Amino acid sequence: MSDPTRPLPNNNELDTQAFWEATKNREFRYQQCDHCNTIVFYPRAHCTGCTSGSLSWKVSAGAGTVYTYSVVRQSYHPFFRGKVPYAVAWIDLDEGPRILSNIVDVQDPTGDVHIGMKVELKWEEHELLNIPLFKPVLKPVV
Amino acid sequence: MSQRDAAIVGIHEYPSRDVEGEVSALQIKARCAASALEDAGLTWSDVDAIYDAGDAGAMSGLTIAEYFGLKPRVIDTTSVGGSSYEYHAAHAKRDIAAGKANVALLTYGSTAHSNARAIGVGGRGGAGNHPADNMDSFAGMTLIANYAMVAQRHMYEYGTSSEQLAEISIATRCHAMRNPDAVKAMEDLEFLDIRETTIKDVVNSRMIADPLHLLECCMISDGGGAVVIASPEVARNCKKPPVWILGSGEATKYPEVAGDITTSAGVQSGVEAFAEAGITPAEIDIAMIYDSFSITVMVLLEDLGFCRKGEGGAWVEGGRLRFDRPGDGPALNTDGGGLSSNHPGMRGIFLLIEAARQLRGESCSQVTDAKLAVAHGNGGMLGSRHAAGTIILGRD
Repeated sequence: MSDPTRPLPNNNELDTQAFWEATKNREFRYQQCDHCNTIVFYPRAHCTGCTSGSLSWKVSAGAGTVYTYSVVRQSYHPFFRGKVPYAVAWIDLDEGPRILSNIVDVQDPTGDVHIGMKVELKWEEHELLNIPLFKPVLKPVV
Repeated sequence: MSQRDAAIVGIHEYPSRDVEGEVSALQIKARCAASALEDAGLTWSDVDAIYDAGDAGAMSGLTIAEYFGLKPRVIDTTSVGGSSYEYHAAHAKRDIAAGKANVALLTYGSTAHSNARAIGVGGRGGAGNHPADNMDSFAGMTLIANYAMVAQRHMYEYGTSSEQLAEISIATRCHAMRNPDAVKAMEDLEFLDIRETTIKDVVNSRMIADPLHLLECCMISDGGGAVVIASPEVARNCKKPPVWILGSGEATKYPEVAGDITTSAGVQSGVEAFAEAGITPAEIDIAMIYDSFSITVMVLLEDLGFCRKGEGGAWVEGGRLRFDRPGDGPALNTDGGGLSSNHPGMRGIFLLIEAARQLRGESCSQVTDAKLAVAHGNGGMLGSRHAAGTIILGRD
Protein backbone atom coordinates (compact mmCIF):
# COMPACT_ATOMS: atom_id res chain seq x y z
CA MET A 1 0.00 0.00 0.00
CA SER A 2 1.42 3.37 -1.00
CA ASP A 3 1.98 6.14 1.53
CA PRO A 4 -0.95 8.48 1.97
CA THR A 5 -0.50 11.77 0.11
CA ARG A 6 -1.20 15.32 1.12
CA PRO A 7 -4.74 16.44 0.24
CA LEU A 8 -4.32 18.68 -2.77
CA PRO A 9 -6.34 21.60 -4.06
CA ASN A 10 -8.78 21.33 -6.92
CA ASN A 11 -7.26 22.69 -10.17
CA ASN A 12 -10.68 23.35 -11.61
CA GLU A 13 -11.93 25.83 -9.02
CA LEU A 14 -12.21 28.99 -11.11
CA ASP A 15 -11.24 31.73 -8.63
CA THR A 16 -8.06 30.03 -7.48
CA GLN A 17 -7.10 28.24 -10.68
CA ALA A 18 -4.55 30.86 -11.81
CA PHE A 19 -2.93 30.86 -8.36
CA TRP A 20 -2.37 27.11 -8.45
CA GLU A 21 -1.27 27.24 -12.10
CA ALA A 22 1.46 29.74 -11.17
CA THR A 23 2.78 27.45 -8.44
CA LYS A 24 3.99 25.14 -11.20
CA ASN A 25 6.63 27.85 -11.84
CA ARG A 26 7.24 28.23 -8.11
CA GLU A 27 5.50 31.58 -8.14
CA PHE A 28 3.30 32.65 -5.22
CA ARG A 29 0.90 35.07 -6.87
CA TYR A 30 -1.59 37.42 -5.30
CA GLN A 31 -3.83 40.13 -6.72
CA GLN A 32 -3.86 43.89 -6.28
CA CYS A 33 -6.39 46.27 -7.78
CA ASP A 34 -4.94 48.87 -10.14
CA HIS A 35 -7.88 51.13 -9.41
CA CYS A 36 -8.12 51.13 -5.60
CA ASN A 37 -4.90 49.32 -4.51
CA THR A 38 -6.80 46.72 -2.45
CA ILE A 39 -4.91 43.48 -2.03
CA VAL A 40 -7.28 40.61 -2.77
CA PHE A 41 -6.45 37.27 -1.15
CA TYR A 42 -7.60 34.55 -1.37
CA PRO A 43 -7.83 35.02 -5.14
CA ARG A 44 -11.07 36.20 -6.65
CA ALA A 45 -12.31 37.19 -10.06
CA HIS A 46 -13.67 40.45 -8.58
CA CYS A 47 -12.15 43.24 -6.56
CA THR A 48 -13.54 43.41 -3.02
CA GLY A 49 -12.56 47.07 -2.67
CA CYS A 50 -14.38 48.65 -5.60
CA THR A 51 -16.84 47.73 -8.32
CA SER A 52 -14.78 49.01 -11.23
CA GLY A 53 -11.82 46.94 -10.17
CA SER A 54 -9.07 45.71 -12.40
CA LEU A 55 -7.04 43.08 -10.61
CA SER A 56 -3.42 42.52 -11.55
CA TRP A 57 -1.37 39.54 -10.50
CA LYS A 58 1.77 40.24 -8.50
CA VAL A 59 4.45 37.75 -7.46
CA SER A 60 5.47 37.57 -3.81
CA ALA A 61 9.14 37.53 -2.88
CA GLY A 62 8.17 34.63 -0.62
CA ALA A 63 9.24 36.13 2.69
CA GLY A 64 6.96 36.57 5.66
CA THR A 65 6.36 36.44 9.41
CA VAL A 66 4.47 33.93 11.53
CA TYR A 67 1.32 35.72 12.76
CA THR A 68 0.14 32.75 14.79
CA TYR A 69 0.54 28.98 14.81
CA SER A 70 -0.42 25.76 16.54
CA VAL A 71 1.26 22.39 16.82
CA VAL A 72 -1.16 19.64 15.86
CA ARG A 73 -0.74 16.55 18.05
CA GLN A 74 -3.82 14.64 16.87
CA SER A 75 -5.04 14.53 13.29
CA TYR A 76 -7.48 12.18 11.58
CA HIS A 77 -6.53 12.52 7.91
CA PRO A 78 -4.21 9.64 6.91
CA PHE A 79 -1.46 11.91 5.55
CA PHE A 80 -1.41 14.19 8.60
CA ARG A 81 -1.72 11.36 11.08
CA GLY A 82 1.78 10.38 10.05
CA LYS A 83 3.12 13.90 10.43
CA VAL A 84 2.18 14.71 14.03
CA PRO A 85 3.40 16.79 15.70
CA TYR A 86 3.40 19.38 12.94
CA ALA A 87 3.02 23.15 12.88
CA VAL A 88 0.16 24.86 11.08
CA ALA A 89 0.40 28.63 10.89
CA TRP A 90 -1.11 31.83 9.52
CA ILE A 91 1.77 33.60 7.82
CA ASP A 92 1.82 37.26 6.82
CA LEU A 93 3.76 37.73 3.61
CA ASP A 94 5.76 40.97 3.53
CA GLU A 95 3.52 42.16 0.68
CA GLY A 96 0.40 41.78 2.83
CA PRO A 97 -1.51 38.56 2.07
CA ARG A 98 -2.13 36.19 5.00
CA ILE A 99 -1.83 32.52 4.11
CA LEU A 100 -2.46 29.28 5.98
CA SER A 101 0.39 26.79 5.64
CA ASN A 102 2.81 24.52 7.49
CA ILE A 103 6.16 25.45 9.02
CA VAL A 104 8.66 22.78 8.04
CA ASP A 105 12.38 22.16 8.46
CA VAL A 106 12.24 22.54 12.22
CA GLN A 107 13.47 19.87 14.55
CA ASP A 108 10.85 20.21 17.23
CA PRO A 109 7.78 22.23 16.23
CA THR A 110 6.67 22.52 19.86
CA GLY A 111 9.78 24.54 20.64
CA ASP A 112 11.18 25.83 17.37
CA VAL A 113 8.21 27.81 16.06
CA HIS A 114 7.17 31.15 17.51
CA ILE A 115 5.05 34.16 16.65
CA GLY A 116 7.07 36.82 14.90
CA MET A 117 9.49 34.32 13.41
CA LYS A 118 10.75 35.14 9.90
CA VAL A 119 9.95 32.48 7.35
CA GLU A 120 10.36 31.93 3.63
CA LEU A 121 8.75 29.79 0.98
CA LYS A 122 9.68 26.18 0.54
CA TRP A 123 7.85 24.53 -2.33
CA GLU A 124 6.64 20.95 -2.01
CA GLU A 125 6.47 19.40 -5.47
CA HIS A 126 3.50 17.54 -6.84
CA GLU A 127 2.50 16.41 -10.29
CA LEU A 128 0.09 19.19 -11.24
CA LEU A 129 1.06 21.98 -8.86
CA ASN A 130 3.42 22.88 -6.04
CA ILE A 131 2.38 23.47 -2.46
CA PRO A 132 3.71 26.59 -0.72
CA LEU A 133 5.12 25.58 2.65
CA PHE A 134 7.33 27.79 4.81
CA LYS A 135 10.61 27.27 6.63
CA PRO A 136 12.52 29.45 9.08
CA VAL A 137 14.87 32.00 7.62
CA LEU A 138 18.22 30.97 8.98
CA LYS A 139 20.29 33.81 10.29
CA PRO A 140 23.67 33.99 8.54
CA VAL A 141 26.54 32.81 10.71
CA VAL A 142 28.72 35.81 11.53
CA MET B 1 -39.17 47.56 17.93
CA SER B 2 -40.53 47.56 21.48
CA GLN B 3 -38.99 45.12 23.88
CA ARG B 4 -41.97 42.84 24.46
CA ASP B 5 -42.42 41.67 20.88
CA ALA B 6 -41.64 37.99 21.25
CA ALA B 7 -40.91 35.52 24.02
CA ILE B 8 -39.57 32.03 24.44
CA VAL B 9 -42.59 30.06 25.71
CA GLY B 10 -41.47 26.44 25.25
CA ILE B 11 -38.13 24.61 25.46
CA HIS B 12 -36.83 21.05 25.33
CA GLU B 13 -33.35 19.58 25.31
CA TYR B 14 -33.06 15.96 24.15
CA PRO B 15 -31.77 14.18 27.25
CA SER B 16 -29.58 11.50 25.67
CA ARG B 17 -26.10 12.34 24.35
CA ASP B 18 -25.54 8.83 22.97
CA VAL B 19 -28.44 7.37 21.03
CA GLU B 20 -26.30 4.40 19.92
CA GLY B 21 -27.42 4.79 16.33
CA GLU B 22 -31.03 4.03 17.21
CA VAL B 23 -32.52 7.48 16.69
CA SER B 24 -32.02 9.78 13.70
CA ALA B 25 -31.34 13.51 13.77
CA LEU B 26 -34.75 14.21 12.32
CA GLN B 27 -36.43 12.05 14.95
CA ILE B 28 -34.58 13.99 17.64
CA LYS B 29 -35.87 17.25 16.13
CA ALA B 30 -39.48 16.02 16.03
CA ARG B 31 -39.36 14.64 19.59
CA CYS B 32 -37.94 17.94 20.86
CA ALA B 33 -40.46 19.98 18.90
CA ALA B 34 -43.40 18.07 20.36
CA SER B 35 -41.99 18.34 23.88
CA ALA B 36 -41.26 22.05 23.57
CA LEU B 37 -44.78 22.70 22.28
CA GLU B 38 -46.16 20.69 25.21
CA ASP B 39 -43.95 22.75 27.55
CA ALA B 40 -45.66 25.84 26.16
CA GLY B 41 -49.16 24.38 26.25
CA LEU B 42 -49.34 24.60 22.44
CA THR B 43 -49.60 22.05 19.67
CA TRP B 44 -48.39 21.51 16.10
CA SER B 45 -51.29 23.39 14.50
CA ASP B 46 -50.29 26.53 16.41
CA VAL B 47 -46.94 26.72 14.61
CA ASP B 48 -46.82 29.08 11.65
CA ALA B 49 -43.08 29.71 11.29
CA ILE B 50 -40.18 27.24 11.19
CA TYR B 51 -36.44 27.80 11.51
CA ASP B 52 -33.82 25.19 10.71
CA ALA B 53 -30.10 25.31 9.94
CA GLY B 54 -30.05 22.60 7.32
CA ASP B 55 -30.46 19.41 9.36
CA ALA B 56 -32.18 17.78 6.39
CA GLY B 57 -29.58 18.87 3.84
CA ALA B 58 -30.28 21.00 0.78
CA MET B 59 -33.84 22.39 0.74
CA SER B 60 -34.05 21.56 4.43
CA GLY B 61 -36.85 24.10 4.91
CA LEU B 62 -39.41 22.30 2.86
CA THR B 63 -38.21 18.86 3.95
CA ILE B 64 -38.62 19.71 7.62
CA ALA B 65 -42.02 21.37 7.08
CA GLU B 66 -43.35 18.17 5.55
CA TYR B 67 -41.65 15.96 8.15
CA PHE B 68 -43.31 17.87 10.97
CA GLY B 69 -46.61 18.00 9.05
CA LEU B 70 -46.75 21.79 8.95
CA LYS B 71 -47.70 24.47 6.39
CA PRO B 72 -45.89 27.50 7.82
CA ARG B 73 -46.13 31.12 6.65
CA VAL B 74 -42.42 31.60 7.29
CA ILE B 75 -39.60 29.19 6.42
CA ASP B 76 -36.13 30.29 7.45
CA THR B 77 -33.06 28.14 6.95
CA THR B 78 -30.38 30.65 7.91
CA SER B 79 -27.31 28.48 8.16
CA VAL B 80 -24.33 30.03 9.93
CA GLY B 81 -23.03 27.09 11.89
CA GLY B 82 -23.45 26.97 15.63
CA SER B 83 -24.74 30.53 15.80
CA SER B 84 -27.69 29.70 13.54
CA TYR B 85 -30.10 29.40 16.49
CA GLU B 86 -29.37 32.90 17.73
CA TYR B 87 -30.08 34.13 14.19
CA HIS B 88 -33.28 32.06 14.20
CA ALA B 89 -34.37 33.63 17.49
CA ALA B 90 -33.65 37.11 16.12
CA HIS B 91 -35.57 36.35 12.94
CA ALA B 92 -38.48 34.83 14.86
CA LYS B 93 -38.83 38.05 16.85
CA ARG B 94 -38.59 40.07 13.65
CA ASP B 95 -41.17 37.93 11.88
CA ILE B 96 -43.58 37.98 14.83
CA ALA B 97 -43.19 41.75 15.28
CA ALA B 98 -43.91 42.22 11.58
CA GLY B 99 -47.11 40.23 11.89
CA LYS B 100 -45.82 37.45 9.65
CA ALA B 101 -46.06 34.79 12.36
CA ASN B 102 -47.44 34.10 15.83
CA VAL B 103 -45.65 30.90 16.89
CA ALA B 104 -42.10 30.15 15.75
CA LEU B 105 -40.55 26.69 16.08
CA LEU B 106 -36.74 26.35 16.22
CA THR B 107 -35.27 22.84 16.17
CA TYR B 108 -31.92 21.10 16.04
CA GLY B 109 -30.90 17.44 15.93
CA SER B 110 -27.62 15.65 15.33
CA THR B 111 -26.08 12.21 15.72
CA ALA B 112 -22.48 13.39 15.47
CA HIS B 113 -21.36 10.99 18.19
CA SER B 114 -23.11 7.94 16.77
CA ASN B 115 -21.78 8.83 13.32
CA ALA B 116 -18.29 8.96 14.86
CA ARG B 117 -17.71 12.31 13.26
CA ALA B 118 -14.17 13.35 14.11
CA ILE B 119 -15.19 16.99 14.08
CA GLY B 120 -12.27 18.33 16.05
CA VAL B 121 -9.35 16.46 14.56
CA GLY B 122 -11.03 15.30 11.39
CA GLY B 123 -9.91 15.52 7.83
CA ARG B 124 -10.40 19.09 6.82
CA GLY B 125 -8.19 18.11 3.95
CA GLY B 126 -9.46 17.44 0.50
CA ALA B 127 -10.16 19.62 -2.48
CA GLY B 128 -12.79 22.27 -2.06
CA ASN B 129 -15.16 23.69 -4.59
CA HIS B 130 -15.12 26.91 -2.65
CA PRO B 131 -12.09 29.16 -3.21
CA ALA B 132 -11.39 29.66 0.52
CA ASP B 133 -11.32 25.91 1.20
CA ASN B 134 -9.25 25.40 -1.92
CA MET B 135 -6.53 27.64 -0.47
CA ASP B 136 -6.61 26.15 3.05
CA SER B 137 -7.15 22.46 2.52
CA PHE B 138 -3.54 21.40 2.00
CA ALA B 139 -2.29 22.55 5.41
CA GLY B 140 -3.84 19.96 7.74
CA MET B 141 -5.42 22.51 10.03
CA THR B 142 -7.78 20.59 12.30
CA LEU B 143 -10.73 22.45 13.79
CA ILE B 144 -9.04 22.40 17.19
CA ALA B 145 -5.85 23.83 15.67
CA ASN B 146 -7.88 26.68 14.21
CA TYR B 147 -9.05 27.68 17.69
CA ALA B 148 -5.62 26.97 19.15
CA MET B 149 -4.16 29.59 16.81
CA VAL B 150 -6.48 32.16 18.37
CA ALA B 151 -5.30 31.11 21.83
CA GLN B 152 -1.66 31.26 20.80
CA ARG B 153 -1.98 34.82 19.56
CA HIS B 154 -4.07 35.83 22.61
CA MET B 155 -1.28 34.56 24.86
CA TYR B 156 1.33 36.38 22.80
CA GLU B 157 -0.47 39.73 22.75
CA TYR B 158 -1.91 39.82 26.26
CA GLY B 159 0.03 37.29 28.32
CA THR B 160 -3.02 35.08 28.82
CA SER B 161 -2.08 31.76 30.42
CA SER B 162 -3.36 28.21 30.14
CA GLU B 163 -4.26 28.46 33.83
CA GLN B 164 -6.56 31.37 33.07
CA LEU B 165 -8.18 29.56 30.16
CA ALA B 166 -8.65 26.58 32.47
CA GLU B 167 -10.97 28.66 34.70
CA ILE B 168 -13.54 28.40 31.92
CA SER B 169 -13.27 24.62 31.85
CA ILE B 170 -13.57 24.20 35.60
CA ALA B 171 -16.54 26.55 35.91
CA THR B 172 -18.52 24.69 33.26
CA ARG B 173 -17.53 21.34 34.77
CA CYS B 174 -18.75 22.53 38.18
CA HIS B 175 -22.14 23.32 36.64
CA ALA B 176 -22.21 20.08 34.67
CA MET B 177 -21.77 18.02 37.84
CA ARG B 178 -25.03 19.53 39.10
CA ASN B 179 -26.90 18.59 35.88
CA PRO B 180 -27.90 14.90 35.80
CA ASP B 181 -28.16 14.89 31.99
CA ALA B 182 -24.62 16.28 31.76
CA VAL B 183 -23.26 13.68 34.19
CA LYS B 184 -24.92 10.93 32.13
CA ALA B 185 -23.49 12.52 28.99
CA MET B 186 -19.96 12.35 30.36
CA GLU B 187 -20.52 8.73 31.44
CA ASP B 188 -21.90 7.70 28.04
CA LEU B 189 -19.10 9.49 26.21
CA GLU B 190 -16.57 7.84 28.52
CA PHE B 191 -15.01 10.92 30.05
CA LEU B 192 -12.17 10.14 32.45
CA ASP B 193 -12.59 11.43 36.03
CA ILE B 194 -16.18 12.59 36.05
CA ARG B 195 -16.00 15.10 38.89
CA GLU B 196 -15.36 18.77 39.49
CA THR B 197 -11.99 19.59 37.96
CA THR B 198 -9.11 21.77 39.07
CA ILE B 199 -6.91 24.11 37.05
CA LYS B 200 -4.13 21.57 37.42
CA ASP B 201 -6.36 18.82 35.96
CA VAL B 202 -6.94 20.96 32.90
CA VAL B 203 -3.38 22.07 32.21
CA ASN B 204 -2.09 18.54 32.83
CA SER B 205 -4.57 17.01 30.39
CA ARG B 206 -3.27 15.86 27.03
CA MET B 207 -2.26 18.60 24.57
CA ILE B 208 -4.35 18.30 21.40
CA ALA B 209 -3.07 21.32 19.46
CA ASP B 210 -0.77 23.74 21.23
CA PRO B 211 -1.78 25.51 23.43
CA LEU B 212 -5.19 23.79 23.87
CA HIS B 213 -5.48 20.78 26.16
CA LEU B 214 -8.08 18.01 26.06
CA LEU B 215 -10.14 19.50 28.90
CA GLU B 216 -10.38 22.78 27.00
CA CYS B 217 -12.17 21.09 24.10
CA CYS B 218 -15.90 20.35 23.86
CA MET B 219 -17.40 16.89 23.72
CA ILE B 220 -18.92 15.42 20.58
CA SER B 221 -22.36 14.14 21.53
CA ASP B 222 -25.64 13.16 19.93
CA GLY B 223 -28.51 15.42 20.79
CA GLY B 224 -30.82 18.22 19.90
CA GLY B 225 -33.35 20.68 21.15
CA ALA B 226 -36.31 22.87 20.34
CA VAL B 227 -37.40 26.37 21.27
CA VAL B 228 -40.88 27.82 20.74
CA ILE B 229 -41.11 31.61 20.43
CA ALA B 230 -44.44 33.37 20.42
CA SER B 231 -46.16 36.73 20.23
CA PRO B 232 -47.23 38.45 23.48
CA GLU B 233 -50.88 37.49 22.84
CA VAL B 234 -50.00 33.80 22.59
CA ALA B 235 -47.43 34.00 25.40
CA ARG B 236 -50.06 35.30 27.79
CA ASN B 237 -51.88 31.96 27.57
CA CYS B 238 -48.86 29.66 27.71
CA LYS B 239 -47.96 27.48 30.68
CA LYS B 240 -44.71 29.13 31.75
CA PRO B 241 -43.67 32.73 32.35
CA PRO B 242 -42.43 34.32 29.11
CA VAL B 243 -38.72 34.88 28.46
CA TRP B 244 -38.60 38.00 26.29
CA ILE B 245 -36.14 38.49 23.45
CA LEU B 246 -34.95 42.03 24.17
CA GLY B 247 -32.25 42.51 21.58
CA SER B 248 -30.25 40.78 18.87
CA GLY B 249 -27.20 41.22 16.68
CA GLU B 250 -25.62 39.37 13.76
CA ALA B 251 -22.11 39.65 12.33
CA THR B 252 -19.33 37.82 10.54
CA LYS B 253 -15.55 37.98 10.35
CA TYR B 254 -12.88 36.28 8.25
CA PRO B 255 -9.15 36.45 7.56
CA GLU B 256 -7.94 39.78 6.19
CA VAL B 257 -4.67 41.56 5.52
CA ALA B 258 -3.39 42.55 8.98
CA GLY B 259 -6.56 41.20 10.64
CA ASP B 260 -6.79 40.75 14.43
CA ILE B 261 -7.48 37.08 15.15
CA THR B 262 -8.02 37.79 18.88
CA THR B 263 -11.15 39.85 18.21
CA SER B 264 -14.26 38.12 16.89
CA ALA B 265 -17.40 39.24 15.10
CA GLY B 266 -18.93 39.37 18.58
CA VAL B 267 -17.76 42.96 18.92
CA GLN B 268 -20.24 43.91 16.23
CA SER B 269 -23.18 41.66 17.10
CA GLY B 270 -22.86 42.33 20.83
CA VAL B 271 -22.97 46.11 20.51
CA GLU B 272 -26.12 45.93 18.43
CA ALA B 273 -27.86 43.46 20.75
CA PHE B 274 -27.10 45.34 23.97
CA ALA B 275 -28.11 48.65 22.39
CA GLU B 276 -31.44 47.26 21.21
CA ALA B 277 -32.09 45.79 24.65
CA GLY B 278 -31.09 49.03 26.32
CA ILE B 279 -28.84 47.32 28.87
CA THR B 280 -25.12 46.92 29.56
CA PRO B 281 -23.06 43.76 30.11
CA ALA B 282 -22.73 44.66 33.80
CA GLU B 283 -26.46 43.96 34.22
CA ILE B 284 -26.27 40.42 32.85
CA ASP B 285 -26.87 37.62 35.36
CA ILE B 286 -26.23 34.62 33.08
CA ALA B 287 -23.84 34.42 30.15
CA MET B 288 -24.54 31.49 27.85
CA ILE B 289 -21.46 31.76 25.66
CA TYR B 290 -20.63 29.23 23.00
CA ASP B 291 -17.98 27.04 24.59
CA SER B 292 -16.61 24.95 21.80
CA PHE B 293 -13.25 25.65 23.44
CA SER B 294 -11.97 27.62 26.41
CA ILE B 295 -10.56 30.31 24.11
CA THR B 296 -13.93 30.87 22.43
CA VAL B 297 -15.37 31.99 25.76
CA MET B 298 -12.31 34.05 26.67
CA VAL B 299 -12.48 36.02 23.41
CA LEU B 300 -16.25 36.44 23.58
CA LEU B 301 -16.32 37.67 27.19
CA GLU B 302 -14.04 40.48 26.02
CA ASP B 303 -15.86 41.12 22.75
CA LEU B 304 -19.27 41.26 24.41
CA GLY B 305 -17.94 43.89 26.80
CA PHE B 306 -17.72 42.10 30.14
CA CYS B 307 -14.11 43.22 30.28
CA ARG B 308 -11.66 44.93 27.95
CA LYS B 309 -9.87 43.16 25.11
CA GLY B 310 -6.88 41.34 26.51
CA GLU B 311 -8.09 41.49 30.13
CA GLY B 312 -10.16 38.30 29.98
CA GLY B 313 -7.43 36.24 31.59
CA ALA B 314 -7.39 38.22 34.82
CA TRP B 315 -11.15 38.69 34.74
CA VAL B 316 -12.02 34.97 34.85
CA GLU B 317 -9.64 34.17 37.68
CA GLY B 318 -10.78 33.00 41.07
CA GLY B 319 -14.06 31.31 40.11
CA ARG B 320 -15.85 34.43 38.98
CA LEU B 321 -17.87 32.45 36.40
CA ARG B 322 -19.52 30.11 38.93
CA PHE B 323 -23.27 30.24 39.45
CA ASP B 324 -22.91 30.82 43.19
CA ARG B 325 -20.94 34.04 42.87
CA PRO B 326 -23.73 36.58 42.38
CA GLY B 327 -23.02 40.22 41.77
CA ASP B 328 -19.46 39.62 40.67
CA GLY B 329 -20.11 39.00 36.99
CA PRO B 330 -22.40 36.62 35.14
CA ALA B 331 -22.57 32.88 35.74
CA LEU B 332 -21.20 31.05 32.70
CA ASN B 333 -22.90 28.13 30.93
CA THR B 334 -24.85 26.90 33.91
CA ASP B 335 -25.96 23.73 32.10
CA GLY B 336 -22.35 22.57 31.89
CA GLY B 337 -21.67 23.89 28.41
CA GLY B 338 -20.34 22.26 25.32
CA LEU B 339 -17.30 21.41 27.37
CA SER B 340 -19.12 19.15 29.82
CA SER B 341 -22.80 18.83 28.89
CA ASN B 342 -23.85 18.90 25.25
CA HIS B 343 -22.22 19.59 21.88
CA PRO B 344 -23.51 17.54 18.93
CA GLY B 345 -21.62 19.72 16.41
CA MET B 346 -23.63 22.91 16.85
CA ARG B 347 -24.62 24.24 20.26
CA GLY B 348 -26.50 27.49 19.69
CA ILE B 349 -29.95 26.17 20.60
CA PHE B 350 -28.81 24.99 24.04
CA LEU B 351 -27.67 28.52 24.88
CA LEU B 352 -31.23 29.74 24.41
CA ILE B 353 -32.68 26.77 26.32
CA GLU B 354 -30.55 27.17 29.44
CA ALA B 355 -30.94 30.96 29.41
CA ALA B 356 -34.71 30.39 29.40
CA ARG B 357 -34.43 27.85 32.22
CA GLN B 358 -32.51 30.37 34.33
CA LEU B 359 -35.01 33.15 33.72
CA ARG B 360 -37.85 30.77 34.66
CA GLY B 361 -36.02 29.59 37.77
CA GLU B 362 -35.64 26.03 36.42
CA SER B 363 -31.84 25.60 36.18
CA CYS B 364 -29.78 22.96 37.98
CA SER B 365 -27.34 25.74 38.87
CA GLN B 366 -29.86 28.48 39.46
CA VAL B 367 -28.63 32.04 39.82
CA THR B 368 -30.63 33.76 42.54
CA ASP B 369 -33.07 36.33 41.20
CA ALA B 370 -31.88 35.94 37.60
CA LYS B 371 -33.40 38.65 35.43
CA LEU B 372 -31.20 39.13 32.33
CA ALA B 373 -29.22 36.73 30.17
CA VAL B 374 -27.11 36.87 27.04
CA ALA B 375 -26.87 33.95 24.61
CA HIS B 376 -23.99 34.29 22.17
CA GLY B 377 -23.46 31.75 19.42
CA ASN B 378 -20.34 31.30 17.33
CA GLY B 379 -20.61 29.62 13.95
CA GLY B 380 -17.84 28.35 11.72
CA MET B 381 -14.29 28.64 12.99
CA LEU B 382 -13.13 31.43 15.28
CA GLY B 383 -9.63 31.44 13.84
CA SER B 384 -10.76 31.94 10.27
CA ARG B 385 -14.28 32.53 8.99
CA HIS B 386 -17.03 32.68 11.59
CA ALA B 387 -20.44 34.13 12.40
CA ALA B 388 -21.62 35.75 15.62
CA GLY B 389 -25.18 35.85 16.92
CA THR B 390 -26.06 37.66 20.14
CA ILE B 391 -29.46 37.44 21.87
CA ILE B 392 -30.37 39.34 25.03
CA LEU B 393 -33.17 37.78 27.09
CA GLY B 394 -35.12 39.00 30.09
CA ARG B 395 -38.15 38.20 32.21
CA ASP B 396 -40.90 40.26 33.70
